[in-house]
Amino acid sequence: MVVMNLAEAIGSGLDDALSNDDRVVLLGEDVGRNGGVFRVSSGLQERHGENRVIDTPVAESGIVGTAVGLAIGGMRPIVEIQFMGFSYPAFDQIASHVARMRNRSRHRFTVPMVIRLPYGGGIGAAEHHSESNEAIYVNTPGLKVVVPSTPYDAKGLLTSAVADPDPVIFLEPIRLYRAVKEEVPGEPFDVPIGQARIIQAGEDVTIITYGAMTKECRAAAQQLDTEGVSAEVIDVRTLVPLDVETLVTSVTKTGRAVVVNEAARTGGYAAEIVAQLQHEVLFSLEAPVERVTGWDTVFPLKKTESYYLPSVARIVAAARTTLEA
Amino acid sequence: MEQILTPEGTLIADSPLGVDDVRRLYRSMVAARLFDRKSVALQMQGRLATYAPFEGQEAAQVGSAAAMRSDDWMVATYRDAAAMWMQGYPWESLFLWRSGDERGGRPPDDVPVLPPSITVGAHMLHAVGLSWAAKLQGRDTASVTYFGDGATSEGDFHEAMNFASVYSTGTVFVCQNNGYAISMPTDRQTSSDTIAQKADAYGMPGVLVDGNDLLAMYDATSVALARARAGDGPTLIEALTYRIGPHTTNDDPGRYRQRREEDEWRLKDPIERVRRYLEAMGVWDPAWQAEIENVESEVIESAVGQAEAVESQDLEMMFGGMFETPTQNLIAQRELMRPHLEGE
Repeated sequence: MVVMNLAEAIGSGLDDALSNDDRVVLLGEDVGRNGGVFRVSSGLQERHGENRVIDTPVAESGIVGTAVGLAIGGMRPIVEIQFMGFSYPAFDQIASHVARMRNRSRHRFTVPMVIRLPYGGGIGAAEHHSESNEAIYVNTPGLKVVVPSTPYDAKGLLTSAVADPDPVIFLEPIRLYRAVKEEVPGEPFDVPIGQARIIQAGEDVTIITYGAMTKECRAAAQQLDTEGVSAEVIDVRTLVPLDVETLVTSVTKTGRAVVVNEAARTGGYAAEIVAQLQHEVLFSLEAPVERVTGWDTVFPLKKTESYYLPSVARIVAAARTTLEA
Repeated sequence: MEQILTPEGTLIADSPLGVDDVRRLYRSMVAARLFDRKSVALQMQGRLATYAPFEGQEAAQVGSAAAMRSDDWMVATYRDAAAMWMQGYPWESLFLWRSGDERGGRPPDDVPVLPPSITVGAHMLHAVGLSWAAKLQGRDTASVTYFGDGATSEGDFHEAMNFASVYSTGTVFVCQNNGYAISMPTDRQTSSDTIAQKADAYGMPGVLVDGNDLLAMYDATSVALARARAGDGPTLIEALTYRIGPHTTNDDPGRYRQRREEDEWRLKDPIERVRRYLEAMGVWDPAWQAEIENVESEVIESAVGQAEAVESQDLEMMFGGMFETPTQNLIAQRELMRPHLEGE
């Protein structure tokens, strides 16, 4: 076991993938010599060479589009887009080709590819650097979408994503890159895609979230605890395919749910979770399911980020609303 | 502009092919035109969905594809059935695909041809990636990608040219400049004198070829593939040709061009000029023409029969097409749909 932060854990997973499978290549802007803008791939080009850790021209569509050909041609590309907000130029390749090649060729040509997208706000960055647009990937059939929130899950899910025979969108919560440290096995291991994790058990209300928002939700649960409210906190970890069963079991028990995502409210992933819950557990619900989300505004610049991002206070208030209903 | 065989059927340079090979490729062009006209007819009968005819572009496709090795990748578009067939994609798969059946997007396992690209331009990057993969694997397999003049306005054309050049991949870019992107003439896509000259900006050779000249297309593609295999990088070939028919069976060219222009291009027909050459060489006569048309028509009729005889798709095929193993969610949705199937 080695103590790692989330960025180091992803780097360790990339290192393992490059060491254990000759077909794996990592490509993206500044991923080689510079180790990536977040230094996630620091040292990997020195270790594995310029043909395995490939610095590309600044062209997101080109990176993903050539990776489609690399994948069909027998490689296992891992693509880094520097920020999720810069994935739009690649979106045509992702939606029109990455996600469809298997179906279009009825399993003859497949695209086993991992697309790493650092995402989310709270870092006071320039415009376009704080996006949380996972809903557009979730609503694109043919993609799996995973979001780790701990170093352990980050390495384990990355290993699963690289081994997956289908394309995986791998969301990396920028705000947590260096915010959490824990012991992670130095050797490869996997965390299965499609399994939620109960961060803490509770009896009165279920708080469902993923990615960077796990931090606020944990803090909210602690505060609720001081008020005598026992909250169960669930990190869904995989958006597609969603582990509905774990959510249903929990909300059947607690009868109350708060769903938290930092993306814009309308059509956000929280809405999908709410739709699943109302269908599966309606008669166990003691109160309407609450959503705590970002707003239907552009993600604000540094000075007003706190107006936008779900806060501990907003999550606690939403939990109280379900308890008072 | 590179030309070997004039529209009158006269050689003005050494032929890169012996007369037997020219005869074989002539026959391929005849077969391709029969397929194209058959497809238009089937579409009018409602037996195929929308069809994009390639009449007039047979030499551009057959000549270039004939230069490929059987393991070279081909990444082409909805108008490139002749090229795809040359590289092994069966007529029956092309008919099946055009009839609205995803199974037509799956060529036999030993055919290195991706299903036709519908989006304009994006597929060129796939061709770059395929030849890049071969290079990383230490193989000299090349890739050839086909696209039209309109596609050169797309950003992905430029990203593909740039990546191919930066990584020196064995990619051959074949632009069939057929005069129109649906309704818009080439001079509204670009103010460059030629498309070939765009290669200069990416540090690769760009060659302008008479796209209606089978021999020139074969020759230019052979040179580009030799360069690719030697590790010297990509080439852009501009094949100057003309789309005799509409953009698709839903299009009416009368809205945007003069019939006279089509008639002028008919005089430069890619098949007729080879016929004249073969006749002058004493290896063409009407009896042989009738014989090959009969045989190739039968082959094409048989392919139509095979495509129309496939069993209908079931729900498992549709829901099972998305991932190697369908997710629980997809299985649940499949079962939601099952009671609503027509006739059940």
